[in-house]
Amino acid sequence: MSDQSAPQKGASQRYDTMVEGSPEEVASFEQHARSPIQRVHHFLHVNPTAVPMLVLALSVVVFGAVANNFFTAFNLTLIIQQVTIIGILGVAQTLIILSAGIDLSVAAVMMLSAVVMGNLAVYQGMPTFVAVPIGLLCGAACGFMNGMLVTRFRLPPFIVTLGAWKMFFALTLFLSGGQSVRSQDINTSAPALKVFGTRFDVLGAQFTTGALLMLALFALGWYVLNKTAWGRHVYAVGNDADAARLAGIPTRRVLLSVYMLASTLCALAAWVSIGRVGSVSPQSFYEGNLDAITAVVIGGCSLFGGRGSILGTLIGALIVGVFRSGLNLSGVDVLWQQFAVGALIIFAVAIDQWLRKVSA
Amino acid sequence: MSRLFRFLASTVVCASIVAGSVGAAAADDDTLVGIVVKTRTNPFFVKMTEGAAQAAEEHGVDLRSYAGNYDGDVGSQIEAIESLIAAGADGILLTPSDSSALVPVVERAREAGILVIALDTALTPASAAHATFATDNFEAGKLVGQWARAQLGDAASDARIAMLDLNTKEISVDVARDQGFLTGFGIDVKDPEDIGDEEDPRIVGHDVTQGSAEGGRRAMENLLQRNPGINVVYTINEPAAAGAYEALRSFGFEDQALIVSIDGGCPGVKNVKAGVIGATSMQFPLRMAKMGVDAVVEYADTGKLPKTGADSNFVNTGVELVTDDPVEGVPSISPEEGLEKCWG
Repeated sequence: MSDQSAPQKGASQRYDTMVEGSPEEVASFEQHARSPIQRVHHFLHVNPTAVPMLVLALSVVVFGAVANNFFTAFNLTLIIQQVTIIGILGVAQTLIILSAGIDLSVAAVMMLSAVVMGNLAVYQGMPTFVAVPIGLLCGAACGFMNGMLVTRFRLPPFIVTLGAWKMFFALTLFLSGGQSVRSQDINTSAPALKVFGTRFDVLGAQFTTGALLMLALFALGWYVLNKTAWGRHVYAVGNDADAARLAGIPTRRVLLSVYMLASTLCALAAWVSIGRVGSVSPQSFYEGNLDAITAVVIGGCSLFGGRGSILGTLIGALIVGVFRSGLNLSGVDVLWQQFAVGALIIFAVAIDQWLRKVSA
Repeated sequence: MSRLFRFLASTVVCASIVAGSVGAAAADDDTLVGIVVKTRTNPFFVKMTEGAAQAAEEHGVDLRSYAGNYDGDVGSQIEAIESLIAAGADGILLTPSDSSALVPVVERAREAGILVIALDTALTPASAAHATFATDNFEAGKLVGQWARAQLGDAASDARIAMLDLNTKEISVDVARDQGFLTGFGIDVKDPEDIGDEEDPRIVGHDVTQGSAEGGRRAMENLLQRNPGINVVYTINEPAAAGAYEALRSFGFEDQALIVSIDGGCPGVKNVKAGVIGATSMQFPLRMAKMGVDAVVEYADTGKLPKTGADSNFVNTGVELVTDDPVEGVPSISPEEGLEKCWG
């Protein structure tokens, strides 16, 4: 207050009269009249899974119309079985990508854990309830290594996990000699390794316990990311790590826990994969890391971190599965399946970029 | 942290010094043989490298082994051959990841006076190498094709066949096995250099497996969805066969389809014994590698090139059918005999 404008002391003290006539609604951005395009844009911006949902629905309808046997309960549930492993790896990859990182080593961690479980249970004669936790611990240790290198040494996640991919892959070959653990040997000495391959039929549909586990992990992931403090921290760190740190979030600890949890999930995927594949085959899933990233990207998660939904990843994995199955049943050559998935990736990233344009 | 770092650094330095001194302690003979295989992931090539190491030890010559990082890793193979040229090797045993792409570097090796033998996979043209020691993959496919046809008898005329191949690249081994199987089964293959150009209605379809159990299961599921009546399954190798069996079992069809395969690894032969695989064509990677090392040693000592066929440089390292259900007119050995000869 300046001296000249202080004729009546006390009048300005009456705050209740001062506010009369001033606007009473909560502060907000101005709403312009919107074109239909802008409305769509806004809707998609706040619902990141809408685009993949639409693509999934359309592809199911189209393939259902053109491919024999596609639109049967049996085939639709078979697709869920086929995406089980990539789906679980996708849960792990989503956590990492939401935190603005990337993990190229997910499939390598999985195969390493699978070989550890198979070797201990079949060749060393350990009981399964000992071999599996050791495999899970092996996954957690891989994640600890990645997480420490990213948080303590400040190395870029891309480089760390690229190196880790090669290292874990080499260890897998060393431990397995490149040889599979035979399905029949697992049946005789450690049948519990295949517990996630157990099938049951419901009215022509076929489910496996592994597929149900994948769906449960997605539900759990959604709950944790959306309803717990830790989950919101993951989003915050991915959106802007410096702002998160200033807001009092222990960013290093959050990131380390993300990497460890993701790798432990990969080790869980290893257990599921033994049920699905039957044997422990070290040549399997060599490109699983890229398949998992594909599911995350097609599901609408932003590779820049902090934006996307874990349910999008489930839909992304299903889209890839639907395309593969549909093109296959239509008798299309395999190389066009790769072409289609590649085009989907680029389409998904283009949509993501368009949604990021705030000025629309 | 820095103390730990120093400890690690000194460990690495010590290890390199030890490794260096071991490497420098060359064998008595100064003959040097190099073996360059496709990958270390495939037990077939792991076995081949072991076979070469055994043979080199018997001859008392020095062996250096190299491998690509993945199937199709041409870059690493070229670097390996260049290192061997620089090291003054006497001979190189090579399983080319890409038959055409490696020809220029092989030519440079030959100009340097090195004997080059293609193992398992021929170069294009085959004459780019001095000799090719390999399984006749067409023959390997033909054997299991003939066996499957004889097993089906009259039902072969309306068989429903699934073809589980390697990958989309159509490499020579993949094509020869696929087309060999179809020829053995009595199907017109049209162009024997091309997978999938056949028009015989008995073929339900082709899919790729990457040679792994996971790929085998997925491919089998896909083809069963096209036609649930599939009763003959050809697979590129035994891991793919194991995956295909899992898929059939999950559909409850394990008794309706015959699975045939190619390789002869011990897990595969055990699967023949267990009834998972009906028959498999065994190849002999150890023999292949030993013949290669023998030829290089002979060349280094006397300058003689290996004996090959009159009109091609191909030397067949043999293939044997393994089955517990032999058929008339197709020679085979039992799984028990197979287990004595298998690799891996």
